[in-house]
Amino acid sequence: MSEKISGADALMQSLIAEGVNLVFGYPGGSIMPVYDKLYDYQDRLRHILVRHEQGATHAAQGYARVTGRPGVVIVTSGPAATNVITGIGDALMDSTPMVVITGQVATPFLGFDAFQETDVVGVTQPLTKWSYQIRRAEDVSWAVARAFYIASSGRPGPVVLDFTKDAQVGMTEFSHKKCEYIRSYQPVPEIDEKAIDSAAALINEAKRPMILSGHGVMIANAEKELARFAETADIPVAATLLGLSTMPSDHPLYKGMLGMHGNIGPNINTNQADLLIAIGMRFDDRVTGNVKTYAPNAKIVHIDIDSSEFNKNIPVDVALHGDARTVLQHLIPKVKNAKHTEWLETFNRPDEVEYEKVVKREVYPESGRMNMGEVVNKVSEATGHDAIVVTDVGQNQMFSARYFRYTKPRSMVTSGGLGTMGFGLPAAIGAKMGEPSRTVCLFVGDGGLQMTIQELGTILEYGTNVKIILLNNNFLGNVRQWQSLFFNDRFSQTPLINPDFVALAEAYGIKAENVETREQLDGAIKRMLEHNATYLLNVNIDETDMIFPMIPAGGDVDNIMLNATEFYKS
Amino acid sequence: MDEQLFTVAVFSENQVGLLNQISIIFTRRCLNIESLSVSPSSIEGIHKFIITCYSNRPMMERVVQQIEKRIDVLKAYLYTDEEIVYQEVALYKVPTRRLLDDKNVEEIIRSHNARILEITREYVVIEKTGHTEETEALFQELKKYDILQFVRSGRVAVTKDTKEHLSIYLTEQNMRKYNSL
Repeated sequence: MSEKISGADALMQSLIAEGVNLVFGYPGGSIMPVYDKLYDYQDRLRHILVRHEQGATHAAQGYARVTGRPGVVIVTSGPAATNVITGIGDALMDSTPMVVITGQVATPFLGFDAFQETDVVGVTQPLTKWSYQIRRAEDVSWAVARAFYIASSGRPGPVVLDFTKDAQVGMTEFSHKKCEYIRSYQPVPEIDEKAIDSAAALINEAKRPMILSGHGVMIANAEKELARFAETADIPVAATLLGLSTMPSDHPLYKGMLGMHGNIGPNINTNQADLLIAIGMRFDDRVTGNVKTYAPNAKIVHIDIDSSEFNKNIPVDVALHGDARTVLQHLIPKVKNAKHTEWLETFNRPDEVEYEKVVKREVYPESGRMNMGEVVNKVSEATGHDAIVVTDVGQNQMFSARYFRYTKPRSMVTSGGLGTMGFGLPAAIGAKMGEPSRTVCLFVGDGGLQMTIQELGTILEYGTNVKIILLNNNFLGNVRQWQSLFFNDRFSQTPLINPDFVALAEAYGIKAENVETREQLDGAIKRMLEHNATYLLNVNIDETDMIFPMIPAGGDVDNIMLNATEFYKS
Repeated sequence: MDEQLFTVAVFSENQVGLLNQISIIFTRRCLNIESLSVSPSSIEGIHKFIITCYSNRPMMERVVQQIEKRIDVLKAYLYTDEEIVYQEVALYKVPTRRLLDDKNVEEIIRSHNARILEITREYVVIEKTGHTEETEALFQELKKYDILQFVRSGRVAVTKDTKEHLSIYLTEQNMRKYNSL
């Protein structure tokens, strides 16, 4: 018989046994026994005190996305639990492993509208892979083991453990055993060799195949397999927003980003291709546009760990159920060496048009005020294309996605599915804590920054080194763009009266400077990157600058706007 | 797309909150659950939900996949009426006096194969099992006696195969457990 410990102690020991050494959180009434116990474990469990619970979840997401390990969040009950909902929803949409522990009132008070009581399990069920209430100290280890297994296996996602106060103080014997099997959950599907053969046959016959590389490639660490597969069969690769950096930007087979503001080549060639091999992506509407006119000439091979994605948005010809890496390992030996020179050349003209009509004006302007694209490009170059880029949501995100370049995997952290403004700053903090040796550059707008700006306090406290590039146009830029294009320039509630961001940063002890003109930009970027701590550049951006090319929402992927008045012609 | 009545059979571990997890999958897709019954299955510790819903096949296939995705759900199956034997039960409470005044009572009970569960001075409770159309037909007939209360259960159903489909799945899972240990 071992000595009994409290439920809160069992939580600490279970987290450590699961390999956790960093948690993001915020204390409060119903989680106090846990925070009291944390005091004894500070040497093994580093706790990052954020300034708002939403920030804790986004920081955990940033950490998880760069490391591949679950981010851990500890908060109290009630308002803290409702504050983490946005991050949980974001993590579900973007398949990010996360374990969120919320305090809860003691079991006898459940259902009586006790102070700071929320039905956390009820509220989080639609937004989590698994949501469970721990009501007894003896269940802590079991629940934590199960939480980490579920969050990080299969298609990763968020898990919530709602920890009642009586379970935190209750006493239990403790021994931690990792979870490796749940009868009702099968995260490692058996590979269907017949389906692999069918897929290989389609690939070997295809004249105009294209690979769509998604987040699943990154999650499965399948970047090498992706490159080998593409190179063997000489197939062009396009990435989704969350699939960026699964292939280095300068790889000859890499043809750019898919979707609404993606590159013209992969978008128009989606409708020319005779075979699409979708790997770890889910045919999101921002990628497909109008599904009725999407890829009319193509057979579809879909590789995904989540079988509920097959035929969800796009009918599939061959479904390969499994993680990207395992499936590709089975597929590659059956794929013949091929050359698709002519097909690959068809990407050249759209690239040239895109350069002439969009990139040149955006990235290399000779006069006028600064554009977001040129700033992103300059920062990318100044970091040797080697940094981790974190974005907020909106134009800053799309310009970062288009003009930052990647040499290493797991270099792009952004809120894709949910599109959460305010994601950027806390996610950048988490990303830096997950990968302290890499430079982390945050591109953020003046709108999104102010949604979670309180996390500058977290930077102040922990001295986190994040390069913040504020693309400031004093507007909610993306909404402004839609208002300009589709709502007759009626700028309803999009201009922002902003504070002095440099003064604000300085108040938090963060070095900052205004970049008013193009001439100041190079020097400012240099100073920012050379500074050995967080640095904020407040870059004065032309508010009329718009993100192009653009496939209007619900439009056809081969009907692409080059600017406000001109469409691409094949 | 053609709408028809589908029956979804869901097998799950006995965990709190599963009904909510399953029902919100329908709600989110603007699908109305026509009927629902929850009971233990033939396998110990495993619960069975029988849900009926009008929709089209592609939508229902997505729904079933989303249900199966829930961690504590073992398996979900989609059936049309031809693939299952199903039954419902309905109770009708009618005023005794009205019923006794009519000479057709025996004929009604007999022709509908219904039975009387309770008779008091005020009311009679009649029970009828059958498909919805059958319990509905009796409802129409009893209407003239002023039905005081009426209730119809959710559908219960078994497949026309000899074995519970879940048993095969469970055998596979046991093999998986054996192999992983």
